[in-house]
Amino acid sequence: MLAVPLLAACEGPLSTLTPAGPAAVEIARLWWAMLIGSGLITLLVMAMLWRALRRQSQGRPRLAAERRWIFGWGLGFSLAVLTVLLGFGIWIGERMIARDDDTPLVEAHAGQWAWEFVQPGPGGQPVTTQGVLYVPAGRPFDVAITSSDVIHSFWVPRLGGKMDAIPGHRNVHRLMAAAPGTYEGLCAEFCGLGHSFMNFEVVAYDPAGPLPDFADAEEGRE
Amino acid sequence: MTKGPRIDTRNDAIDTDAGIAANPPRRALPLHRELDEVWRDLPGWRGFFTSVNHGTIGKRFMATAFVFFAIGGVLAMMIRAQLATRDGAFLDTELYNQIFTMHGSIMMFLFAIPLLEGLALWLLPKILGARDMAYPRLSALGYFCYLFGGIVIVLSLLFGVAPNGGWFMYVPLTSKTYTPGINADVWLLGVTFVEISAMAAAIEITVTILRCRAAHMPLTRMPLMGWYLLGTAVMMLVGFPPLILGSILLEVERAFDWPFFDVARGGSPLLWQHLFWLFGHPEVYIIFLPAAGALSTIIPILSRTTILGYGALVAAVIGLVFLSFGLWVHHMFTVGIPHMALSFFSAASALVAVPTAVQIFAWIGTMWEGRVQFRLPMLYIIGFFATFVMGGLTGVMLAMVPFNWQAHDTHFVVAHLHYVLVGGFVFPMLAAIAYWMPLICGRWRVRGLGEAAFWLIFIGFHGTFFIMHLTGLLGMRRRIAVYPENAEFEWLNLVSSGFGMIQAAGFALFAFDVIMQWMFGRRSWRNPWQAPTLEWAMPLPAPSYNFASLPGPRQPDAGALLPLARGEGLLAGAPRGWRETLVVEPGSGRPQHIAVLATNTALPVATAGAIGSFFAMMLAGLYWLAPLGIVATLVVVWRWGAIMGTDRDHPLVEVAPGLSLPLHWQVRQTLGLTGTMVLLVADATLYGSLLFGVGFLTVVAPGWPAPESGIGTWWMLLPALAALALMAAGVVAARLAETRRTRAGGRLWTRLGLACSALALALLGVLGWGLDDPTRHARDALRGAVLGFAVVHGVIAVMLALRADVDARQGRIGADRRGAVPAWQLLQTFWLGTSAASVAVVAAQEVLA
Repeated sequence: MLAVPLLAACEGPLSTLTPAGPAAVEIARLWWAMLIGSGLITLLVMAMLWRALRRQSQGRPRLAAERRWIFGWGLGFSLAVLTVLLGFGIWIGERMIARDDDTPLVEAHAGQWAWEFVQPGPGGQPVTTQGVLYVPAGRPFDVAITSSDVIHSFWVPRLGGKMDAIPGHRNVHRLMAAAPGTYEGLCAEFCGLGHSFMNFEVVAYDPAGPLPDFADAEEGRE
Repeated sequence: MTKGPRIDTRNDAIDTDAGIAANPPRRALPLHRELDEVWRDLPGWRGFFTSVNHGTIGKRFMATAFVFFAIGGVLAMMIRAQLATRDGAFLDTELYNQIFTMHGSIMMFLFAIPLLEGLALWLLPKILGARDMAYPRLSALGYFCYLFGGIVIVLSLLFGVAPNGGWFMYVPLTSKTYTPGINADVWLLGVTFVEISAMAAAIEITVTILRCRAAHMPLTRMPLMGWYLLGTAVMMLVGFPPLILGSILLEVERAFDWPFFDVARGGSPLLWQHLFWLFGHPEVYIIFLPAAGALSTIIPILSRTTILGYGALVAAVIGLVFLSFGLWVHHMFTVGIPHMALSFFSAASALVAVPTAVQIFAWIGTMWEGRVQFRLPMLYIIGFFATFVMGGLTGVMLAMVPFNWQAHDTHFVVAHLHYVLVGGFVFPMLAAIAYWMPLICGRWRVRGLGEAAFWLIFIGFHGTFFIMHLTGLLGMRRRIAVYPENAEFEWLNLVSSGFGMIQAAGFALFAFDVIMQWMFGRRSWRNPWQAPTLEWAMPLPAPSYNFASLPGPRQPDAGALLPLARGEGLLAGAPRGWRETLVVEPGSGRPQHIAVLATNTALPVATAGAIGSFFAMMLAGLYWLAPLGIVATLVVVWRWGAIMGTDRDHPLVEVAPGLSLPLHWQVRQTLGLTGTMVLLVADATLYGSLLFGVGFLTVVAPGWPAPESGIGTWWMLLPALAALALMAAGVVAARLAETRRTRAGGRLWTRLGLACSALALALLGVLGWGLDDPTRHARDALRGAVLGFAVVHGVIAVMLALRADVDARQGRIGADRRGAVPAWQLLQTFWLGTSAASVAVVAAQEVLA
């Protein structure tokens, strides 16, 4: 009963908890798993603390107690939990990184305080747009991210994680939108006065349908 | 006041057969007068400028830190006011950027670090059984550097030119191109000036723990706080140099256009990130460890038992020290580093949770096995557990690379870091203050206020930051001033802002409570917590000299309060009118000699002023005047050496019946020499960071290979090799100056060494003249930096050689007296070693090019 308003509270155009692509879905799943695990561990520790506060033991610490608390809980328990989690985390990460295959490439170029994109247009010709990135839905794509001035970061929360745009470097980031639609993106790394407004949109079009007209984003968006 | 059983911290019997008998008891009051006469501060305002006493300086550090905490807190409230609604019009964006940058920088550099330094300075000698820190003047110097630097940083906000690039100051946003004003210079110069105090404290804490403990207190049985602070100090020694180097390089880039971080000329902005986080991550543990030390001290006492797993906790501290240097990259998971490398740092970041978990469970186990008393510090300790456990768990989440890609740079991270820092530092520090206040001011607190403050802080904190995790996951970035299109953030932010105000009220009440206790509390009786540690083996409030006689094997714990006050311990009173404390062997704690410490002097404040004048002229852009500040500093520093030697031999001093020890002028392993070695560890780290920069830019930065060297490199090799040969000759001369100090003509060697060093320094000048234009390419800039490093050390070596020479001429060198010669030897060797490495690096660059 409580879950409905709670889940509604997780929605939003920038919410990582309403994922719309495989990377974001996996990360959201990882988050929920970690949340449950962390919640249980917090409850456990708080229960131990509660008991410890209430107990009226008079004994001095004994070897058995040391073994139980230090080696049992401190080392054994934490190592076990962390090993499982780490394996899971690395496995997920490995599956979502960009690799050298023939995934289509688009370019995202950041500058104070706007985004410029280059993507394949009609007939495969590259088309340059300001503030809107057009990608086919249902297919993975790589974004080559560069910057012409300071550090920015390319982030479309509902599609997946972020990747920095660093002057002099070119980072490649793999994403995919599961269904056609418009997804909001933004600059995640603080980049000066216009940082709050350095947004963009990702338009995922139906690859079976006609190509969109690659119009730029609404005017006046900084 | 509940009466619990008496506790003994040390499980094993103390070796009382060390051959140290008790001194005959004397009347406590005359003894107190004799000591206080020597140790107390000057009265009135002169005391402010001349005190070097660790008690005074420590309290001053803590009080100043809380003033900056209040300022940082006001800034936090302004941030919360701005974010409470989506179109916040409270601050304009420029001011908002300055305010969040200043909030982070103040809390880190002007609150957390100085507070832990202050606690360490104030507490360490007391808990270890000494009369002062190893270098009282250095404590005072650190304080004034902190005070002056902090004032400049805060004033910049009033003039609207405060740093505005975020507290981690990422380039190129903070480079001259994108921050043309002095905003970034304020941060770089101000923070570096303040960090002199951190380096001073780190050296002092290390040496004090290793060498100023109670007689026959082995390292393996010192109070846990000692281990925690030793870990902290070592981390500061190795953690701060990368930041200091990074700040120097960035300031040089901004001031003189040397392109260390400029991609167009072979630099890389990632170099700044590596240097910053090489400091920045250990920093978190630098802040956490002293707080954890306080917990390990207070928890067993308020649980009427002993700590569970002393050895395991020491191992956990050592583990944290090492691990924390292997995970800085987890702040850089989104900069495009290959995933396999990220996995390594991810594993290290997760692994660091293990020693933390060991400590958490050891503390809970201690409470479990004991009988917990619900006193005010315990309330804050419960607050610590409830907060820090969650902060640690979100930390593990952020260590998972894929999750980090989403959560990085959002309010989730903001929530996480506040859980860790407030949970892991502020709550334990509040517990520590509540716990040690009776020793600080001799008074007991006013009932009720402390509890009310705790609940306000606790509820306010969780109300502010718990839902901020969700705010971040919903996609709210850090450091945005408005969010007009995101109505879904609004109620979350409004709640955070509301509770933020409650939290602020709680801290205000806490401050009020402390002031009330200081002024109106009733007199506390001795050892109010019935603690075993030595800091309670003294009257309240703690006297200027701490112990009328120093604790030895017969006075192992707080139970020895009266015998110590009666002078039955070691080195009773101040019969020679000097500030004396005992120096021991680092491992065993066997007494070695007596250090005569500095007394009230205005030298530290004058030195801080001289150093400050250099920073001020750099900040004002008067680069051609800045060397005057260096000259002024050298002139003042010269005078520090004056009391460090003596021109006659002193007889042995009877510390206790059966134990007579020499004064520090007549031994080689002085505190000064140990401190020089510790300083060189930090110095070597700085040099290592510089070499890391050379390697990193060569391999990673675009814009390499560099343009061909314009110098006739092989021609330059000649003066370089000649300089190295002269430095080596200086090392030999310094060695001979020591071994032949008693023979006729011994003075010749100091003179010869001085000449060699000065000549070598002059040759470095020739090299500088032949250098390629350092603004051309990062390689040339780095060569300039490497040469600059050698020049700075050349100046120090020449100063020490000169000091040694003056010592020799003034008869301050004799059979047992060595003057400045050992320190000169060390520095000269370091200068030779680093310079030789630099020549090798440049030669390798030329050969491989």
